[in-house]
Amino acid sequence: MRWVLAIVALLSAGPTVARAETVVLAATTSLDNSGLLARILPLFTAKTGIEVRVLAQGTGQALATAARGDADLVLVHDPEAEAAFMTAGHGIKRVEIAWNDFIVVGPKRDPARIAGLSDAVAALRKVAAAKALFVARGDKSGTDALEKRLWRETGVNPAGAAWYKDIGGGMGAALNVAAATDGVTLTDRGTWLAFANRRDLVELVHGDPRLINRYRVIELAPERHQSGNMEGARKLAAWFASAEAQAAIGAYMIGGTPLFNPGVKAVP
Amino acid sequence: MDDFLPIVLRSLAVSLTATACATALGLPLAAALALGRWPGRTMVMVVVHSLLGLPPVVVGLVLYLLLSRAGPLGGLGWLYTPEAMVMAQAVLATPIIAALAHRAIEGQWREYGRALQASGASPLRALPHLLRMARGGIATALLAGFGRTVSEVGAVLIVGGNIAGVTRTMTTTITLETGKGNFDLALALGLVLVGISITASAVVLVVGGERR
Repeated sequence: MRWVLAIVALLSAGPTVARAETVVLAATTSLDNSGLLARILPLFTAKTGIEVRVLAQGTGQALATAARGDADLVLVHDPEAEAAFMTAGHGIKRVEIAWNDFIVVGPKRDPARIAGLSDAVAALRKVAAAKALFVARGDKSGTDALEKRLWRETGVNPAGAAWYKDIGGGMGAALNVAAATDGVTLTDRGTWLAFANRRDLVELVHGDPRLINRYRVIELAPERHQSGNMEGARKLAAWFASAEAQAAIGAYMIGGTPLFNPGVKAVP
Repeated sequence: MDDFLPIVLRSLAVSLTATACATALGLPLAAALALGRWPGRTMVMVVVHSLLGLPPVVVGLVLYLLLSRAGPLGGLGWLYTPEAMVMAQAVLATPIIAALAHRAIEGQWREYGRALQASGASPLRALPHLLRMARGGIATALLAGFGRTVSEVGAVLIVGGNIAGVTRTMTTTITLETGKGNFDLALALGLVLVGISITASAVVLVVGGERR
């Protein structure tokens, strides 16, 4: 009896009964965790009847998922990994659809004296010099990739240092660790603004052109992804660049602060 | 986050279905292990017992590779669906149910087997009696299996993808909300999960005849 009920419940709760057209979007976690996608995607569904299933994954994982054919469209933010993905022939079209910035956050008492700096590389050098606790993602996400690029520019190799904590986790996990241990970390602004457990963490560094955070939609090569919903994916990609979506991205706020700037730009 | 109730119901549906599948596989295996002496039985016992410690993330990863569109079972289209989550949880719960139910049935067989056989019952004919007598132990086995499925997060996160409204369950929501720093919400769902465990135990134990 219990099993019958369970199966009935599964069928009614699950997606398998009403086979609406779906698109699987592998999107970087910041766009999902910040609440943006949950806010704007219903507009697309209302217009087209296509349901979007969002896989929130770091950029590295999202690109790997798409390369295996398990996602129909990707929305990511790591220029180098994206370029490699395009070169490998997985993607056919890449379009920037929104941007904001990364910031360095840390405890209010600011052990490395970096508050107010606008040079991210100089700030990281000071973190290293002060041996201030730094929380690193270490998960091949877009943020992780940028952080590693910034460290390369400092000339300091922090790997293995006692003050450099590689947690191998998502942005939220890194912010939780930083909040609990008075650590410094690099975060995208969207996740930061939506994050609810800041404790003593404050924004310390922003304004470096290197910290611009660009979100790109990549359409996948159809010859490699025949089993996916490529037509739906193409519609969704086009919609992200439409006036309706761009207005919705610009209008999304948390506590009166906009999280993302709209802006469409084709990227080779 | 999504609405609370659909997430709870989805969790229950997935875990109960997985427990049902694991029971369908594990209980006959338990009976065969308890009553028969067949070639390879010791090997199967060793395998079942060693799978008790199966790490969920490994199950998740292996199933992901199997169910991926590039994988051998990609044609099913199960990746990132509740079906994949049921599959992962059933894989995790089957050894638990098989091992614990085996112990319960074997105990009864040791104690009453001679009497049952003396009254002319073959092991197969004796099975319904044994199952009834071992129902307390079997109930514990099913509860342990259900507990494994409903509390598991590592495997369902990988094969389900934590898609809002489709594969987001209580445990994956707790993971997600913890990442967002929403500890109140995460903890509230945790309490619901504990409440479900208590309810399930109470129901099963009462049905199992443990009421005094």
